Amino acid sequence: MELAVRGLTHCYGDMVVLDDVSLHIPAGEILCVVGPSGCGKSTLLRMLGGLEQPDWGEVLQGGTPPEGCLNPLTYVFQDFALLPWRSVAGNISLVLEDHRLPGDRVRAIIEDVLARTRLSDFHDALPRQLSGGMKQRVAIARALAVNPAVMLLDEPLSALDAQTRELLMEDLVALWERQPFTGVYVTHNLAEAVRLGHRIAVLSRRPGRVREVIEVPGTLSERHAGDAGLEAIQAHLWALMRDEAVAADLELLDA
Amino acid sequence: MPEIRVPFRGGGFRPEARRGTGIAVFLLLLFLIEWGTRTGWISNLTLPRPSDVAATLGDLARSGALWTHLLPSLSRLAVGSVLGISAGIGVGVLIGLFSYIRAGLVPLVAAIFPIPKIALLPLFVIWFGIDEGSKYALIALGTFTPTVVATYGAVDNVDRGLIRMGQSFGLGWWSIVRKIVLPGALPGILSGLRVSLAIGIILLVAAEMLGAEHGIGAYILQAGALYDLERLFAGVVILSCLGVLTSWAIGKIEKRLLVWRG
Repeated sequence: MELAVRGLTHCYGDMVVLDDVSLHIPAGEILCVVGPSGCGKSTLLRMLGGLEQPDWGEVLQGGTPPEGCLNPLTYVFQDFALLPWRSVAGNISLVLEDHRLPGDRVRAIIEDVLARTRLSDFHDALPRQLSGGMKQRVAIARALAVNPAVMLLDEPLSALDAQTRELLMEDLVALWERQPFTGVYVTHNLAEAVRLGHRIAVLSRRPGRVREVIEVPGTLSERHAGDAGLEAIQAHLWALMRDEAVAADLELLDA
Repeated sequence: MPEIRVPFRGGGFRPEARRGTGIAVFLLLLFLIEWGTRTGWISNLTLPRPSDVAATLGDLARSGALWTHLLPSLSRLAVGSVLGISAGIGVGVLIGLFSYIRAGLVPLVAAIFPIPKIALLPLFVIWFGIDEGSKYALIALGTFTPTVVATYGAVDNVDRGLIRMGQSFGLGWWSIVRKIVLPGALPGILSGLRVSLAIGIILLVAAEMLGAEHGIGAYILQAGALYDLERLFAGVVILSCLGVLTSWAIGKIEKRLLVWRG
């Protein structure tokens, strides 16, 4: 499935957060959205999945979702959003329960996604017993359980430490390699963007506009930390963003 | 080489479990009163002797009068508070979920909350009859308002991120309420129940004092009228036990239902 954004403009009160944003996310490709803090990238993502309504412009979806898809536009959140009162398996079954699937089918899906995220041993663990990285893997497993057509990832690795982030990036690449999904990956971390994005959209600071969309060459699995080509793209991104990031940092939050 | 050890300055400000301290304070107090009344520096008009109160309680239990007073009280408390608490949780959840209901009912609840419900007892007697009905109504109304306030506060405090997650996975409205909002509000609702039940006990006694043949409140009132301090305190001890018991029961329920909090 593919997504397109046309002329998206949004205000919070008098403050324009997104200004005429247009993007195209082709099927089977990951688009990373980067930008200084407060540029409206999370707002954009919420609009992509229909969690927020834009003041002007529209989000369009094209193509048919894959067979067995229960929730075409599926999010992975920065804060994991796991129900603390449900076990790992319970958190996954939560998103399957409304679909009236037969019990053995639900169990099979849960086993499958837990295996794919290497969580099979933590079937009955409660979220509080898990580390941050494990919690995010549960959230990814939950997203995989509904067999999404598009994954909307909202800074999924930002709450994690550097080592865990590296491991989870490899996990995400492996998942994509196994079954390429359409993805929108919002982050402020440029290293993540060059590792996981087929293309990278750079938003300007508030009001967020698309400054540039950069193609990242090479397949995801061949990219590694410290790759010279990636470093160059990352440097270019940083050059685009640096002054704006400085200016964004000096802004008063409610001004 | 440096020689002075860096002093530790990080302790304190963290409550820790100290087993038995509560009981020790309680026993010390009882011992002081017992000793004071025996030696005479506390006159027996001021306080009854704890051992006499205990003896009175013993007599009460042996004669069976304890049950003729306790059972009606317990059933009034149970019926009244079950009515009030279930209505309170229901209304509180509705206030938490629907803006119109919130806008309409929150001021009303705020207006009812501070009314001393005992003042309304004569009215309740007219509305619900002199016997059990008015007592149920009084306890129900008394437990209702604090439960409503605790419940909608608890619903408001449910993590919006979790609700948004539920919506993003296409969960139905009822699923979100049942699987995300209610479990998320449960800790707040349960801690509100502690307050509600304590208020329920207070109102139980008040209602029984104003017109009941049997019941802890009636028993205390009779004892007070005769200035029988032993019996008065025996009644008060029973009420305290009731309070501790309900608090303990809610603690048990919390442990059971809120395992996930760790």
